[in-house]
Amino acid sequence: MSAQPWMVWPDNVALSALVLAAAAMVFLYAARKPMHELIRALGAALGGPLRLAARWLSAAAAEMSARNKAVLLAQGRQETGQRLEREFERLAAILDRDLQGYPALQRRLLDEITRIEEDYKKCGEVPPPPPDWTEAVAAVATVKGGGELVVRVLEEIRGSIERIHDKTVAEYRRAYESRHRILAGFLPFWRSVDRNLGQVEKNLADLRSSVETVDGHMARYEQIQAASDRAQHTLTVSAFTQFAIALLVMLVAAGGAFINFKLIALPMSEMVGAGDYLTANLRTSEVAALVIILVEASMGLFLLEAMRVTHLFPRIANLNERLRRRMVWIALVLLVALAGVEAALALMRDLLIADKQALLQSLAAQPPPAAESWLARIPTAGQMVLGFLLPFALAFVAIPLESLIHSSRAVGGALAVALMRAAALALRLAAAAARHASRVLVRLYDVAIVVPLALERSLRAHAARAEPGVERTRA
Amino acid sequence: MDRRHFLGSLAALGLAGCGDQRLRAQAVYMLVDASGTYAREAHKAQLIVNYLLGSLQPGDSLAVARVRSRSFTEQDIVAKATFDARPSQANAQKRAFRDRVEAEFRILRGSAYTDITGALLQGALFLAETGAGTRTIVIFSDMQEELDRVTQRDFPIDLRNIRVVAVNVVKLGTDNIDPRRYLGRLQAWEKRVIDAGAADWRVINDLERLDRILAKS
Repeated sequence: MSAQPWMVWPDNVALSALVLAAAAMVFLYAARKPMHELIRALGAALGGPLRLAARWLSAAAAEMSARNKAVLLAQGRQETGQRLEREFERLAAILDRDLQGYPALQRRLLDEITRIEEDYKKCGEVPPPPPDWTEAVAAVATVKGGGELVVRVLEEIRGSIERIHDKTVAEYRRAYESRHRILAGFLPFWRSVDRNLGQVEKNLADLRSSVETVDGHMARYEQIQAASDRAQHTLTVSAFTQFAIALLVMLVAAGGAFINFKLIALPMSEMVGAGDYLTANLRTSEVAALVIILVEASMGLFLLEAMRVTHLFPRIANLNERLRRRMVWIALVLLVALAGVEAALALMRDLLIADKQALLQSLAAQPPPAAESWLARIPTAGQMVLGFLLPFALAFVAIPLESLIHSSRAVGGALAVALMRAAALALRLAAAAARHASRVLVRLYDVAIVVPLALERSLRAHAARAEPGVERTRA
Repeated sequence: MDRRHFLGSLAALGLAGCGDQRLRAQAVYMLVDASGTYAREAHKAQLIVNYLLGSLQPGDSLAVARVRSRSFTEQDIVAKATFDARPSQANAQKRAFRDRVEAEFRILRGSAYTDITGALLQGALFLAETGAGTRTIVIFSDMQEELDRVTQRDFPIDLRNIRVVAVNVVKLGTDNIDPRRYLGRLQAWEKRVIDAGAADWRVINDLERLDRILAKS
């Protein structure tokens, strides 16, 4: 082995290392106390600010959480309040509609009941009973010695009775027929009464359902008013759900916008030129196509805003009715015009592609394709229809956009709080690690100078034994 | 900023934009050797012209010129065009260009000498005038230059920022006897072109690989 500068004895590595280790040990022992203090101070210097930062982050997270809660509850209060208002309006409409018809319904029911009563009374009138002939017949029968006269009288009576009986039976039958006719006439009234009562029952069920919905919203509103944790949790979950759904719909809309872009990017080069570039890789025609799509989305936004479907621009919401209606028509006309332009561009795209294809075929000296059948026209028609419909579909992006914007405050706030808490935890862990590392280093330092420390301890013990009066101290 | 300054800035921006547009464009100058027996290869040249017409985009420029006894002249340019920015117009221009070149190639007659250097100089001038960002000279020739005694071409030429692509460099009868003549001819041209400052030099003999003409290295 070659001699190194640190070797005291160049020929003896082990001895050189031993001497150096002994010298180092002596030096380290001498510097023990300041070194311990230095290590502890370093640990404290590192851990202190980390703990401080962790505390600050925790406090900031708590403050932000409180602010988030306030914002969330305010949003929830507003939303639930609006929903309650709408429910009350619906309820009022139901009550107006149904109660407005109740007097007429009641009158109709009373009329029908009166008619039923009258008919019932008519049914109660029975034909008069046949004359009481039996007593006269009994009297004649008791006449003694009447002989043939009595027999004739009785036969006359029998004939009269039979005629009267026939007449009475006929009348009785007629009366019953008339009662049956009256009873048959009851049927539509009963049915009408049944229908009216069924309608009343349905109205009451609708009313009960609406009232239950209102009750649910009221309970939620009360919870929000009470600023309960449950309400906050519910609103946070609702915001996250809304955010996810809105994001999904926006992604779908982005796919639609991409298809739209592909449809009009090529034909736009016919208008603004194919060789113009705005940046290194961005053609002017592509930017123009993108601008058209964005203008369509903006028109859709203004249209829905003016129709009061969305509420992103208070300025539009505050317009008077006349101006608002004008804005609706202007946005609609522009949207239809842009949709028409897109349909024309989609057709032009097809023509350009066909022209390019024909050119390439002629350059490649290939025979021209056979005459196109009507089937080949389907993609062209499909492109045109798609070009016309996509702007309208894109117009509805305003609704998920509004949801996304509204829910992003709550979602962003919750995520920021979670991040701050995680950072605070990490800083606290780092501070604890620094503190413990300083302790470990102190112990390791003592391990490195274990020989002088052992000597010190034995010397102290010896001195303590030599001077029994002196109090023994710890090494 | 007053109104005049504002309008001036807008104009400067517009000019900068236009300059930038040209830098993205391509310009191709194709030389077709019309000397001796090589004139019979004209139908292959038509294939290359058709390929270029199919590959160049709106805004690009293309010129086709004959290489004859003295070719440093605009009279040898068979057809030239800078394609319109509108794709439909560009397609119409390409059709007309193809018809023009076809008609010219049909009556192409061989010349006594081959002035490749003069044609290169003419091509470099044309390409410089287009202002295109990518400039390419396609030489459809056997690369055998033959000059009469009067014509002077033994001086340095300037082909800076120009790609030079030699296509269909056929072997001559003497090359078959001694292949070193063919290889030496190609090496000599490569040296001359690179010394002239050309951005690239390549040889394409397989007409199935014409995509290499416009492919950047």
